Order: sequence, then structure tokens, then C-alpha cells
Amino acid sequence: MATVIIPTPLRKFTNNTAKLNIQATNVQDVVNDLSFNFPELKRHLLDDNGKIRSFVNVFVGDDDIRDLQNEHTSLKDDSVISIVPAIAGGSL
Amino acid sequence: MLNIEQTPLDEMIKDAVRTFPDECCGFLLGKEENNIRTIIKIQVVDNAKEGDKRRRFIISAKDYLKAELFADENNLQLIGVYHSHPNHPAIPSEHDRVAAQPYFSYIILSVMNNEFDHIRSWRLNEQQQFEEEKILIQQLN
Repeated sequence: MATVIIPTPLRKFTNNTAKLNIQATNVQDVVNDLSFNFPELKRHLLDDNGKIRSFVNVFVGDDDIRDLQNEHTSLKDDSVISIVPAIAGGSL
Repeated sequence: MLNIEQTPLDEMIKDAVRTFPDECCGFLLGKEENNIRTIIKIQVVDNAKEGDKRRRFIISAKDYLKAELFADENNLQLIGVYHSHPNHPAIPSEHDRVAAQPYFSYIILSVMNNEFDHIRSWRLNEQQQFEEEKILIQQLN
């Protein structure tokens, strides 16, 4: 099963669980599983169109899925998927 | 309530003044017990914003992953993010609010004309609005 690492700010939506093992063949499977099991997490992961929010990055290993095949990126049993919130801001 | 130990406070101020007139940024690491957060350490990171950095900051995904790993390996919690507002008060902008994450404390340091002016901390509430978090500076013994 693939390992999914939940970032600190979103762990309150996964019962404070940092790592989850999910049966998945691609990133979309992971998104679907997380959305189903943790509905509160869903609104922080997906926009109104069901797409991964622009402020959320998803990495498979060291690679951003935007540089791979986005949600269609294939996973292996030993894949590590990291959800990475975009951290940004500014005074104006 | 957000306790900040003297050393990380000094390091944040130093970073904010050093990078003036650009915005600085970094991570807050520490502990949370009984809803009281204590900042024990900071991690300074590069402002990854391309071009003009005087009114914007971005932290790269790779730096974020490093901070999570560091917290995990050192038995600390990733508590939030700090950044500076050069020549601007330490009040979050709409841009800060839209990009903010739940749970995290957002410390803002105001630097006026190359000198540290004041510090404030903010957290998102359930309505996705910022609420100020009281800061207590822990003096060294």
C-alpha cells in the first residue's frame, strides 16, 4: 500500500494521524480515499470543481505531480505521497 | 497564547532586519500543551518569490518538506510560519489570509526603516478569518 504523509496543519482533519496507508494505483485513488474517509479534509484538498486546490501541492517521492501526470500519476506499493500546503503571503 | 523563547525571537528579528526592504520568512518549531504553544526554535528559509520580494513571500515545497522532517526527527511540532512586513504594520493582508493554513500560527514582524518595530501573531478561526493570538516573550534566566 502507498504511504500518504499528512502535513501538520491538516492533521486535525485526520484524527491527528500523520501517515496513512492507502491502497491506490494512482494519485486520484488517494484523493478519493482521503475525501471519503475524512470529509473535513476534502474542502482543504479540493476546489469546487473537485480538482486539487492551487494552494495544495502533491509530491510522489521528490516529484511534484504537476511535473508528472497530475492526478493520473501512477503509484507503486512503496510510493510515498506527501501533501504539501503552499506557504505564501505578503503585506499588500 | 503563544510563548516565544528569547533566542528564536532574536533570530526572527535579525532575519527581518537583514532582509529589509524584502520580506523574510521561516518556520516556527516548538511544543503545544493545553492550548499553549511555545516556540523553541525557528528555521530561516529563503523567500522563493521571483522578482520583487518587498510585498510578497513564498516558501518552496522542498523547504516545507524539510521543515516537517526536521520537526519529526527532533521531536518538535511545526507550529507555524513567520514573515516580515517591511515598512508596514504587522497586520495580515487579504493575500495572507487567502493563503493561510488552518492550525498554524502566523507571526508577522513589522520593520520600519530598517529597524524592528513590533511583532504580532495570528491564527485562522473556523470562519477562515484571522484572530490575534496573544504573545508572551519568555525571558532568559
